[in-house]
This record gives sequence, structure tokens and C-alpha cells, in this order.
Amino acid sequence: MSESTDQSNGKSPGSSQPKDTNKEGIPPKSPHGQGDHGDVSNKVKEKPKSLYIRILRQDSPEDASYWERHTITYEPELNMTTVLQRVAAQAKTADGKDVTPVAYDVNCLEEICGSCTMLINGRVRQACSTLVDNLLQENAEEIVLEPMSKFPVIRDLFVDRSRMFHALKKIQGWINVDGYWDAGEGPKQSPAEQQDRYPLSQCMTCGCCLEACPQYTKIEVERGEGESDEAYEDRCREAYSKGFLGAAAISQVVLFNLHPTGKMRAGERLDALSSEGGLQVCGNAQNCVSVCPKSIPLTTSIGRAGRATTVHAIKRFFGF
Amino acid sequence: MAEQRVVVVGGGLAGLAATMKLAELGIPVDLMSMVPVKRSHSVCAQGGINSVNNVTRQQGDTEWKHFDDTVYGGDFLNHQPPCKEMAEWAPRIIDLLDRLGVPFNRTGEGFRDQRRFGGTLYKRTAFAGATTGQQLLYALDEQVRRWEVEGLVKKYEFWDFLGPVLDDNGVCKGCIGQDMVTMETKAFPADAVILATGGCGLIFGRSTMSMACTGSAASRAFQAGAKYANGEFIQVHPTAIPGTDKLRLMSESARGEGGRVWVPRKAHDERDPRDIPEAERYYFLEERYPEYGNLVPRDIATREIFSICTESGLSVEKGKLCVYLDLTHLPKDTLNKKLGGILEIYEKFQGVDPREVPMKIFPAVHYSMGGLWADYERTASGNLLEGSPRNQMTSIEAMYAIGEVDYHYHGGNRLGANSLLSCIFTGLFIGPTIKNFLENLPKGTSASDMEPSLYEEATKKYQAIDDELKARPAGGENPYLLHQQMGEIMTKNCTVVRHNENLKKAYDEMCELEERAKKCSLSDTGNYTNQNLQFTRSFLDMFPLAKTILKGALLRDECRGSHYKPEFAMPSLESEDEDERLREAETWCDRFEENTKKWLKSTIAEYGEDGEPIITYEDVDTSLIPPRPRLYGLKGAEIIMQVWNARMAKQSNQADSKTEEAVSSS
Repeated sequence: MSESTDQSNGKSPGSSQPKDTNKEGIPPKSPHGQGDHGDVSNKVKEKPKSLYIRILRQDSPEDASYWERHTITYEPELNMTTVLQRVAAQAKTADGKDVTPVAYDVNCLEEICGSCTMLINGRVRQACSTLVDNLLQENAEEIVLEPMSKFPVIRDLFVDRSRMFHALKKIQGWINVDGYWDAGEGPKQSPAEQQDRYPLSQCMTCGCCLEACPQYTKIEVERGEGESDEAYEDRCREAYSKGFLGAAAISQVVLFNLHPTGKMRAGERLDALSSEGGLQVCGNAQNCVSVCPKSIPLTTSIGRAGRATTVHAIKRFFGF
Repeated sequence: MAEQRVVVVGGGLAGLAATMKLAELGIPVDLMSMVPVKRSHSVCAQGGINSVNNVTRQQGDTEWKHFDDTVYGGDFLNHQPPCKEMAEWAPRIIDLLDRLGVPFNRTGEGFRDQRRFGGTLYKRTAFAGATTGQQLLYALDEQVRRWEVEGLVKKYEFWDFLGPVLDDNGVCKGCIGQDMVTMETKAFPADAVILATGGCGLIFGRSTMSMACTGSAASRAFQAGAKYANGEFIQVHPTAIPGTDKLRLMSESARGEGGRVWVPRKAHDERDPRDIPEAERYYFLEERYPEYGNLVPRDIATREIFSICTESGLSVEKGKLCVYLDLTHLPKDTLNKKLGGILEIYEKFQGVDPREVPMKIFPAVHYSMGGLWADYERTASGNLLEGSPRNQMTSIEAMYAIGEVDYHYHGGNRLGANSLLSCIFTGLFIGPTIKNFLENLPKGTSASDMEPSLYEEATKKYQAIDDELKARPAGGENPYLLHQQMGEIMTKNCTVVRHNENLKKAYDEMCELEERAKKCSLSDTGNYTNQNLQFTRSFLDMFPLAKTILKGALLRDECRGSHYKPEFAMPSLESEDEDERLREAETWCDRFEENTKKWLKSTIAEYGEDGEPIITYEDVDTSLIPPRPRLYGLKGAEIIMQVWNARMAKQSNQADSKTEEAVSSS
């Protein structure tokens, strides 16, 4: 089964569910994590023999997307990366047609690297920590996989998130130490300060918050004929720097500005937040915080960054 | 003179540390990685990083003791000068990480907090919650990004290292990489190539390692002529959560914070573990190793957990091997602050709250102590000569290995919380080494002086491998299924307990599997983001290392660190009679000395012309701390130690009197 679908159709920010995905309708999105945290073992009364997985595929950025249906044997305790491994191994659709393995981004398999982020039954999450038994409760008929919609598709479920790393450059997401020679201990910090910073430092740049954000829109820079890598990268950087930074990068500004040494450059980071594509673009939809797999207090960060930016602007105005 | 460049392959802790240090020294770096560097496997490290600190120092701890614990834990197979240097650098490295903004846990007074880890009696381990690896990786990633903006670092992410480029003299002049998106194969001319490509856990199918840990880069270097050392030393971590795609690590810090390992005394007791009274629980590590308790070194904990399930038949579940790791007696607030990250992993993947219910865990392949052979230059006092171009250089000149892919820091088994240290240490330490190497390159031998044909031919050679794979007729063997079989052979025969007859059989099976793998065909023969091709090529490159590991294990007839062959285990003392026991202890020590003479050697593998590993042995520098028996939990350990110490005292007296004679006669 393979029907052509224009990938951009039927998508609105925060709900990238193609119209025809699920005839029974997807249960409303639960707030962060709940679907994955329950007692997995006993809730699904009858285990199916097979699983049906419907995947939105795309051979390359230039090609149109199309749906493909796969089936694998059900086993207890499966997660979605195992399912994708099985799908790759058999390289056959549900009706027996030979196909290429589905491409996807993966590494740690324990929800700490951020690679395998995708839309699963319409909700953005990591494939590794999404358990099949939980998905069967959402929809016992089939599991639907799509690439994230806010980033250019490289192939199939594999998207290009380099814009997120550009954002970390723009906000100067690092501590400016003098050098790497021995200069003694770092600044003393209270447990409260550590506990303030630590959750923010768990951001794995997965992009869930951006996928869910109505203000974060896809920027796709097409490569020109015979364009050099450098020229293409320059154009990407320019395009990305005009787009919205998004919650992840804003929260990183708070992280670095909380650090005793990081504070010394706080103004420069706040300048970045005040420039084009900065904090002012946020529409306060608060979707980011509800989809963050690491439960990072993103809206709190946005609030703190907002206040700091205002104070910074006033100070600058009066020349402090 | 044209600009000298360096390629760093791998963007985990070691690769990033090297990159930022080289950039600081003004050396431009091309950083190549299979994944965006921020997603490297180092993020999975949980527990912490070791160093002597102000608190332990006042309890009698020193750099020397950290060094001693490292080599004792490694069963003396570690090269001692690099380990000594590393232990001495450790406090400075933690200070640097602290300055870089790593959110280390803090004491009430605002100092860095420390926890205790296995194989030591001191609280030496600094940590950032239970995601220390992630936090350290991010701190270094941020520094490298800073240098990227400054223009000294160019990242090549989603690039696969295909092999080194060697000139006519066998000197490395760069490498070949492939863009995993466009599939472009490209030469990277460079005056030095640093491999920081991590471990090879995927050879064992499922392990605690990430999907990028195929060992393929190391294997490609090996096939190009680099020596591979101590391959058979594979650490099996005592506690992991069994899963269908991965065995997820449950950090040693769970025990460091007070977690207790137990099984019901009654086999497969069906009661809720919380209802089993204390008296009916068997805390087997605490009972057998009263001094270290749940924090015995990893190989011991692993074997005990393995044998309590297999030999004693006391596995918690009937159909699945596992024991309880219990945290339920600890305050929830402490658990959340110090172990939150790993408890969430358990909860997410098992659907059970480990704060309420004891976790079920079992050992899993975790770390490759062995790796590419690498050199070093020592000083008279037993340190490393800082800046020597030989430090960390593989047997291929101008190609270096750092981090998990080198071999000399962890010996027969790695101490918990020493891996993050060795990665960052080797990464920083190689900076001046490379600087000196580049400055001393003879004129006219730089990569920029090479004929373009050198790189063109190397590129063609690697393209030909892809072309051959793509040209294979469809319907052949399935690489993913064969990889599973490889994992089964390795896990069954070459992990916790090893027997020669099984290893022999496993080697033959591996050769048969390799023949079948030659008939693997691709289900994707395209030229764009072809993950099928990339995986198959990595899988084929696993065979040389798998065979090296098996052969090394087969030939090494002894027990050392993680390598355990019951057939060659040293016996406990049996006699009740005191004199007889003393005699037994003497015999024991004789045997120990003989074994040390024969086997305290690095296993060195070379890739033979027929593709089979050729194994030889090489002496280990144990000049600083004389090897001594490792006696955790052995019956009669005290008497053996007594006899051993007496022997050592006698030897050193003799040595002293010889020195005196020499002095007086001169």
C-alpha cells in the first residue's frame, strides 16, 4: 500500500497528523510523558499477533512523500526503535513488496541523545522510549510514524536539525573561560543554584519543543545547482538566523546566564534574544513545556529570559 | 608552508577534548563524526568521574592511591606510566570541567559533592546527578562550538570514517570519509589523524553501547595495518536493564548511593519483593565481600550476579535471568537528587517505579578495555613525557588513538568512573603531542606536499568497496539477521565465563558466518542516505575484531580482570591445619608468580594477509607498582597476602643490598 501524499498538506503547527491517518481518531494528546509512564504490563488485555506500522516516507528532499504500510510480529516489551530495526531487517511492505529500509536517525536508545525524535501517532517523541504496549492503548489498529514537520526531511523519518545547533551559536551557548590550563576550581555554587541549572542542562537538542511550537516554522533552504558547501552553509546560516530561536535555545540562555562566569557575558546573550527571531516571537502557547521529554521548565525559562531582556533593554537605554 | 590540519574522528568526550585543546593551541581541526557530536555515546555515561579531592586527601587518599586502585582493578595489565599521569591530572581535569560550567552536585557549603564508586574505599567520584556523561559531553561540545564560530574547527557530522590514507612509507597523511547523507566519498588530507571512535559493543549484538559503537573505525585502522591490543578484555557491567534492542545501563552509582543487590533465598520466590522479610533475602555481595559489599570491582560483581542466577539457580524469575537491585530503603528526596536520571530510564522502559519496587537487573557488555595499540614516552620517574610525539600514537605513524579506542589505561578491567577521566585526559594530553609532532615534521613530507594521486587512489579504493556491495545480486544473506547471530555467538561464548572448547567452536562459527556475510546483499542500492549500505559495511568490518577478541580469549589461559576461565582459576586454600595452609599459600604464590611471568602481557593482534588475526604478546610496564594477587573474597586471602608480603619484603631487601654493593664498589 503506497499512496502519494503531499507532506505539507493537512498540517498545522502542533498537530502534524495527516488527515487520513487514523479513521478512529487519535486520542487527545496527553500532557508530557503520561502515555509512556504507566504500568505497561497489564493494561492491554489482548495482545495482537501482528503490529501494523504506517510510515510516511520520502526518498529525498526533492521527492514527494508517500505512505507505506509494514507489519511485524508482536512481542512483549517492544519499543519503537526495535520496531524500526525489524522493519529495516525485513525491507518488505505488509503486502510483500520489496522496499528499501526506512531511514531514521538513532544512536543511544535510552532517550538521552535525542536522535530518534519523530512523530508517533501524531505526537512528537523519541522512538526508543516509546513502548508499543502503550501505543496499542492509543490505537490498537496501527502505529503511525512521520518525520518531524518543522525540519527539512533528509530521507524518510530522518530530518535535518542543524538549525538547532546554529541557534546555540547565535546565543553563545558556552562559558567563556580564559583557557584550558589549570586555573584552580570553578566558582563556588550553592546546591540551590545547581538544582536550578541542572534541569536546564539536560536539554538534548531533540526539537520536541520546536515541533510543538506554533511560532516555529520550517525553514528549508534549497541547494543551488553547483553551489559549494561553504556558500550553501552561509545561506542556511543567514536564513536560520532570521527564524525563531525557539524554546530550547532561549532556555540555554538562562542556563548560561545563571552561571557565575557565564553571567559576565549575559548581556551579549540577551542581545541575541532581542534580535530578529528572538524572544519576542514567542506566542506563549506553552506547548513546548508539555512535550519536553526531559520535563525542562521551558516556559519558566522563557519568562525569566523575558524579564532579563526587558531589564537589559532598560539598562542599555539609560546607558548603565 | 601550507596550513597544517588535523583530523579528529569521533566527537565523544575524547574527540571533543582533543579538538578544543588543539584549537586553543591554534591548530585547525576537521572533526568527523557519525552522529552530531552532541549525540555521541558519551552521553550515556551516568555515574561520575574520579579524582582525588580535598576531602579524600584528608582521609589519606593520594594520586598514588587512585593510580594503585586503577592498576589493581585492572589486574596489572594497565601500562603504569600513563595511569600514573592520568591520576595526577585528574584533580585538574575536574577543576577545568567545573570552570566550564558542568553542574556538578554540590555540598551544603557549595563545594563539589563526591560519591563512592566500585573498587575503592574513598568517595572520589564527582557527579552531576546521574547524567554525568551527558553533562561533561555538553560542556565540551559547547567549547568546540565556540571554536567553530572562531573558525578553527570544521565539523563533519553524519560522516563515516572509511580508513586512513598512507603514503609509500606507511605514514598516515589523512583519511577517507563518507557523507552519510549524500554518500559522497572524500579525502581529508591531514598531517595527523586522531581516532577517538569509542568501543565496539555492537559486535556483541545488544550491549549498553549506542548504535554508533560498531568498532568499524578501529577495525578499518586495524585492517590498514594498525595493531590492536587486549581485544579479549571486554567489561561486562554488573547491572543493566534487559531490553529487546539494548541492554540499558543501570549505573554503579545506584550502589554507590546505597543500593543493595539481593535474591530471595528461595528460588523464584513469587512473592512481591517488598513482602519478603530480611531473613529470607540473600544479600550475596555483602555476605561474601564484607569490606567492599555491593561495591566490589565490576568483574567480581558481574560474575557473582551471573553465577547466582546460573549455577545457584537463584534468579528472581524463572524464564529470565535477573537479580534485585534495591533502592527502596533510601529516602526518595536523595534518590531524586542524586539518581533521578537513571531512575527515570528504568521507569520509562520498564514501567515500574524503582523508588517503590526493587529493580530487576542483569550483567551486560559495557566497555572495551582493549583497542588500538598506542605508544607513549615515559620519564625516569614513571610519568609521561608531556608533548612527546609518541604519546598515544598507534603503530601507524601520524595516526593516534585516544579514549575508549586506545588500550593502555584500563588493563584487564576498568574501574567505574575512570572512563570519563581517561577520555578527557587523553584528549587534553594529546594537544601538545600533536603540536610538537607537526612542528617537527621533516620539510616536504606534509600532507600538502603529497601528490593528489595519493588521495585520489585511496578514495577510489574505498568507493570500490561500496560498488562491490551494491553490485551483489539481490536476495542474498540479510546483514541485520547475520548481525544478530554474530551477537549471539559472542555473548554466549565470550563474556562472563569463558571455556576453551566453546571459544574454539565460536571461532569456527564466526568464520562460517563471515563466509555467509560475503554473500550479504543490499535491499537499498541507491546513492543517497543509504543506511543499509553503511550498516552492512560496518557489519562486515566487525569480523576482524570479533575474531581478534575470540582468538585472544582462546589463547589466554588464565583469569585476569574481566577475562575469566574457570579452568584456570586460582584455588582457595582448603586446609584447616595452619601449617598445611601456609604450605598451600606458598604453592599458591609460586603459581601466581609463574602465571604473572607467563601472562602479564598485552595481547597484540595484527591483521594477517589471509584476514586472520596474528597474535603475539608484549611486556607491560609494571615498574612502579609490583603486581600482587587480587584476592577479593578468596578463602585464605589473608594468609596468601601474608606470604606474598614476606616474599616482596625479601626481594626488596635483596635489591637494596645489591644497590648498596654497587654503590660501595664504585
